[in-house]
Amino acid sequence: MRRSTSRVLRGLALLSTLALGATACGSSDDSSDTKAVSAGDIQSALKKGGSITVWAWEPTLKSVAADFEKKYPKVKINLVSERSGDKHYTALSNAISAGKGVPDVAQVEYFALGQYSLTKGLTDLAPYGAEKLASKFTPGPWNAVSEGDKVYGLPMDSGPMALFYNKKVFDKYKIAVPTTWDEYLDAARKLHKADPKAYIANDLGDAGFTTSMLWQAGSRPYKVDGTKVAINFDDAGAKKFETVWQKLIDEKLLAPVSGWTDDWYKGLGDGTIATLATGAWMPANFETGVPNAKGDWRAAAMPAWTKGDKASAENGGSSLALPALGKNKELSYAFVEYANAGDGVATRVSEGAFPATVAELQDTAFKNKEFPYFGGQKANEIFAESAANVADDWSYLPFQPYANSIFNDTVGKAYVSSTKLADGLKAWQEASVKYGEEQGFTIEK
Amino acid sequence: MSTSVTASPAKSTAPKLRTPRKKHTPGKPKRNVLLTVLMGLMVLYTVVPLIWLVINSTKTQTGLAESNGLWFAHDFALWDNVRDTFTYHDGIFGRWLLNTLLYVVLGAGGATLLAVLGGYALAKFDFPGKRAVFAVVIGAVAVPGTALAVPTFLMFSKMGLTDTPWAVIIPSLVSPFGLYLMWVFAAEAIPTELLEAARMDGASEVRTFFRVALPLLAPGIVTVLLFTTVATWNNYFLPLIMLKDPDWYPLTLGLSAWSSQAQTIGGDVIFNLVITGSLLTILPLIAAFLFLQKYWQSGLAAGSVKE
Repeated sequence: MRRSTSRVLRGLALLSTLALGATACGSSDDSSDTKAVSAGDIQSALKKGGSITVWAWEPTLKSVAADFEKKYPKVKINLVSERSGDKHYTALSNAISAGKGVPDVAQVEYFALGQYSLTKGLTDLAPYGAEKLASKFTPGPWNAVSEGDKVYGLPMDSGPMALFYNKKVFDKYKIAVPTTWDEYLDAARKLHKADPKAYIANDLGDAGFTTSMLWQAGSRPYKVDGTKVAINFDDAGAKKFETVWQKLIDEKLLAPVSGWTDDWYKGLGDGTIATLATGAWMPANFETGVPNAKGDWRAAAMPAWTKGDKASAENGGSSLALPALGKNKELSYAFVEYANAGDGVATRVSEGAFPATVAELQDTAFKNKEFPYFGGQKANEIFAESAANVADDWSYLPFQPYANSIFNDTVGKAYVSSTKLADGLKAWQEASVKYGEEQGFTIEK
Repeated sequence: MSTSVTASPAKSTAPKLRTPRKKHTPGKPKRNVLLTVLMGLMVLYTVVPLIWLVINSTKTQTGLAESNGLWFAHDFALWDNVRDTFTYHDGIFGRWLLNTLLYVVLGAGGATLLAVLGGYALAKFDFPGKRAVFAVVIGAVAVPGTALAVPTFLMFSKMGLTDTPWAVIIPSLVSPFGLYLMWVFAAEAIPTELLEAARMDGASEVRTFFRVALPLLAPGIVTVLLFTTVATWNNYFLPLIMLKDPDWYPLTLGLSAWSSQAQTIGGDVIFNLVITGSLLTILPLIAAFLFLQKYWQSGLAAGSVKE
């Protein structure tokens, strides 16, 4: 595992010129970070008070911030929630590279954490006592926020995958809910034959979905060890996914609709998109985005790649992290711990968030919660089961946001032209390798 | 085709620029079927999105998904939508509306003021380098503001002005087109003899400007004000790259942020409020156009005819 120091330094020097260009200022040095912050330090910071700026779009944080301010009257939380996704990361990266206007706490999705942690953009939370919280969280999310003995964020929510299906449509055409991906393919054929306007799912190429599917299929395309990275889509798991999905594409069984558009919400509502394999956070989006299909949908376990296999994967989910250039670190950490591992979790779960904490997932009240949207189904049982079956050895690239941004130029072609999915993945691999090398990563061939 | 379009203004005998609207329309031109059809299509093209907007602002999120886009849903929720638009997220929409007004009053108002002063000076005073100024202004008209946004951002970033209202207001103060329009307008609308007469009577330059020139420039001022107001009101790209703090967003950015909530895990999907907010956003502009229509038209025609 020993690498030559000069190589690492060269890699880091190049890395700091990355798009997000972490300004390597003294305070983010390893040495100064390792001094432990005692619980007493945090308590006195809370007593002293002050204000912190939080950039997070997670809607349930609003109540959490209000509760926190009530509990610690001297603390003021300035929650900035109008930005999300790409815009959020652009703003965060810009602020970090400018060294100005950096928030004290930022929401960072799991797939993007590596990009910030590797360039020293985030504070290691272990000295604040975060590593003692490891057992509180489910393995998937914890694996995503921690790297060796360093902890770069506390998991806020998780997205163990489930198959959401429109029961009304399945009942109408007497199609059984698929338990394997082969059955899923059959169901897709049956449905589209019965109603040419209806599709089993929508897909025009989605990086997040594809990587989660590979994760579930047992493929591990990315291996990351510091600045040493390996990218390889040529394994048995990827083959399984390619085979089934290529058939769905070739037989035109996927609705040509992009996720998260108004067309997509419409399709979920009117039965033309019959299933959706995605993270357990989806119910909240169903309720506000597809209110007209209330009662039509149900949740089920993800179809398996081989019958009886229970392997699941994560899709989406995010953490709260402390940017290295933020101020008021003790206060910020206290808020993050309160929101993600303390009393805030219950508040957030009651407002529809899907937790990443073991206690909440195993809570009987949580499991027995009936979802009126899903016709009274106790959907959390399925989600919790899925969370327990997530393989925790998956890792994303340290430049995953960039890789995802070129997904449609490579793999995306398979959805709209005669390019095969396997060739698309190969092209994605090559483009990712090329970018990684340009950024100073050591890419293992 | 060309005869029927250009004939009328030349024939007009009334004093130009103040011409009442009716005299602008040709008396009874020969009907041209092709033109009429093209015009009809154009009207359809511009009006259908407006109709769509009005119809869909009456729907709830459910209604939007279930009904045809060009007809009403079974529920009528316009007033609820308007109320929700103003109360959502502690009434941030109202804040964005005030921000937009601030940018328009200071940005567009300031741009108009500068254009009037500059245009008058360029039209009525002779000074060395006037031709160079002319060349620069004409060149600047050809450069779209969007192309300058990024260099401006880098400059403002060094000055520490980004993420403040000034980052939006200061670039809005520059309107080469407005300056050019005022220049041409002032040259035509203010007889030099009138200025000379005022000076003979002993009026100072300042007094001459305010008491003699300004009233004559009124239609042009309104035109430039409308131009700059529309440009500032609809500005999206400049604030997008300049502003990080949502508290300083104008309506355009705010609505875009609301719309992208639908693409967010756990995000609240509020297409109905985005649509209603868009309708509310264009209402002030429509009102401004209706009230100031005649100035707008006469101003547009300024300088188009030499007599």
